[in-house]
Amino acid sequence: MNLRRIGTSLIAPAIGLFISLAVTAVILVAIGASVTTVFASMWNYGTSPRAMSLMLNLATIYFLSALAVSIGFKMNLFNIGVNGQYVLGALAAAVVASNLALPKIASVSISILAAMIVGALWAGISAWLKVARGVSEVISTIMLNFIAIGIISYIIVRTSIGTETSLNVRGTKQIPESGMLRGIAFLDPGTPIYGFFFISIVIGIGYWFLLNRTRFGFDLRATGKSASAARTSGVQSNRMIYVTMLLSGAVAGLVGLPYLLGDTGTYSLQFPTDWGFTGIAIALLGRNNPIGIALGAILWAFLDISSGQLILEGVPREISTIMQGLIVIVVVISYEVVRRYQVKSEQTNVAKALAKQEASV
Amino acid sequence: MTYLKSRRFIGAAFTAITMLSITRTITGNGDLTSTVTIAQALVFASPIALAGLAGIWAERAGVINIGLEGMMILGTFGAGWAGWQWGVWAGVVAGVIFGAIGGLLLAVAAVTFGVDQIIAGTAINLLALGLTKFLAIVLFTNAPGGGQAQSPPIKGEIPTFTFESIVEPLTSLHEKGIFFISDLAGVFAGLFYHLSLLTIITFLLFAMTSYLLWKTAFGLRLRSAGENPWAADSLGVKVVQFKYAAVVFSGMLAGLGGAYLSIASTIYRNGNTAGRGFIGLATMIFGDWRPGGTAAGALMFGYIDTLRLIDTGNQNVKGLILLGAIILFAIGGIMLRRARRNSAIGFLLLGSVMTGAYFSASSFPPEVAQVAPYITTLLVLATASQNLRPPAADGVPYRKGDHH
Repeated sequence: MNLRRIGTSLIAPAIGLFISLAVTAVILVAIGASVTTVFASMWNYGTSPRAMSLMLNLATIYFLSALAVSIGFKMNLFNIGVNGQYVLGALAAAVVASNLALPKIASVSISILAAMIVGALWAGISAWLKVARGVSEVISTIMLNFIAIGIISYIIVRTSIGTETSLNVRGTKQIPESGMLRGIAFLDPGTPIYGFFFISIVIGIGYWFLLNRTRFGFDLRATGKSASAARTSGVQSNRMIYVTMLLSGAVAGLVGLPYLLGDTGTYSLQFPTDWGFTGIAIALLGRNNPIGIALGAILWAFLDISSGQLILEGVPREISTIMQGLIVIVVVISYEVVRRYQVKSEQTNVAKALAKQEASV
Repeated sequence: MTYLKSRRFIGAAFTAITMLSITRTITGNGDLTSTVTIAQALVFASPIALAGLAGIWAERAGVINIGLEGMMILGTFGAGWAGWQWGVWAGVVAGVIFGAIGGLLLAVAAVTFGVDQIIAGTAINLLALGLTKFLAIVLFTNAPGGGQAQSPPIKGEIPTFTFESIVEPLTSLHEKGIFFISDLAGVFAGLFYHLSLLTIITFLLFAMTSYLLWKTAFGLRLRSAGENPWAADSLGVKVVQFKYAAVVFSGMLAGLGGAYLSIASTIYRNGNTAGRGFIGLATMIFGDWRPGGTAAGALMFGYIDTLRLIDTGNQNVKGLILLGAIILFAIGGIMLRRARRNSAIGFLLLGSVMTGAYFSASSFPPEVAQVAPYITTLLVLATASQNLRPPAADGVPYRKGDHH
């Protein structure tokens, strides 16, 4: 039974991958590129030690983002606001860490705490709007994303928190080396794996434990499956909305930290602002399961990184974005088709069993 | 009914101009109600309004359309690509068709396969973004005047109309600075100054939607698919067909909105939509899933954007702050009369804070205006969401015979 479940849950991604590769091949042929050269180039570069290191680093970011989204999904809450939560969280961490001269452990811990608190508070606004004022979190988180971007550009452009960074863009003061978490180089000597890679594994395990082994996790999943049934059994749904959104926002607050503390050391106007949407896509691919999300994050990062040298073949690297989009849409459709097939086959099985029973009576 | 509606419309317009006029008189900033400001606000508002209208069509048929942004992106691309080669009208048509393809994709995923609609929409946004960036590089890099992230200029122009006989006298009346009269003149003249044919089409599409969806049997059937598809089905409405038609038309409208953007900036540019699909969605909710309110929301976004971008003396944003305070006081007053004390106190307090800010600072940074429309939307949703009524089966996957 379990084996079969794993089998059917792998069918959908496999179909998605296959169809998206096929469509990509058609697009490549249409623009006159050689399909085999392109795929070979992606594979060869993508499996080089340097690319693999970059991939794991990027996957760390995507993993955290998808985890934040999926905490909400488990309770049927769409946290589309991960973007806003993480940019504010990363800015808070950058400000705190650049103004502290503490030992590494203390400084990094405080950065993490600051990012989580700010992310949670920003998500908390949506929770309050939903519980107290009945505003859908889908729309409030989207609005809060725009507001967060405005706040950040104000802080960096017009207050003394922002200064000229080395790259001629405005950003926060450089975090001292003692406040960074650069990581260890073990695949490629020049490209360390972020320290956050390991932290995010711990967070992933924590997520699994919280959802599957605690009362809170049970309540959360129950509310997601049927809010009315959960309420009848004594779950306070308003409280659950607050806790879930705050948790989701706290994890979202961390999304920018691997890059901030492992790479740039400053929050500048060039800091990426759309990892939250990537997280939504990966949470869908991974079906809100931490292992599924990890695999999805690695696949996504692989496509991002391995396309880096395609320009040498005369093919724009954006082909990987097309593949990602195709994978998501085909996979969500095939999940639904597989689910319907399962329901149908279950119904047939039950009907058969019943017919047998009746025949024997 | 129509009588009541037109009275409400005139009342709303009268109130809006009065408030603008008070603000203009106190600040002495004629830009707030000038002909040019209003004309530009219409240009900024139209694409957002089209996205909002697109949202109305899809959601009235029960399909949430988070993919509006993606469909708009497809529209901007279609307009840039076809407009560069075959002229501006070909661009409009291509934008509409590209948007329709996005709509069709959403319909297949959400209606035929019953995939969660928010998820399907998010996937479409991703796909549209990747596809257009890719095609831009492939098609525009070596084109004369094009680049990796933008198309060559679109050929030709959409005709615009300036009714000199109306605009000139009204503009000179505006410059006299008489309370209310001059502001009314400025706003009215703005409607007839460099009025793009596409803006007129946008207006007609709004009128058509009001009529089709609320005054015809077709509209009743379409809306029934969004309210209770099972009941509609039992009465012989072909629910799936209506949903398909609505979502594809929604894609066409969003595509037109995208085409409008590209044509207004004379090229396709990566990221030109800048989230306007999402803003359109917000105006739709703001407007209670109805054309009138949606248009008002879009005008608010367009107006604030205009003031922010033409802010030469750094005083427009300050004016907006005062305008915001006046509006908050007005709403607070209404709440007080309706005996909603807590809301009233909230509004009056917020209004006082903004008045204080207005008098204590000499100017405000443009970022304030950048976030103002979003905060306004949140405020509207927070105060009015109990009065808003989305279609009852909005977002619920429908399968024939599969009643919940």
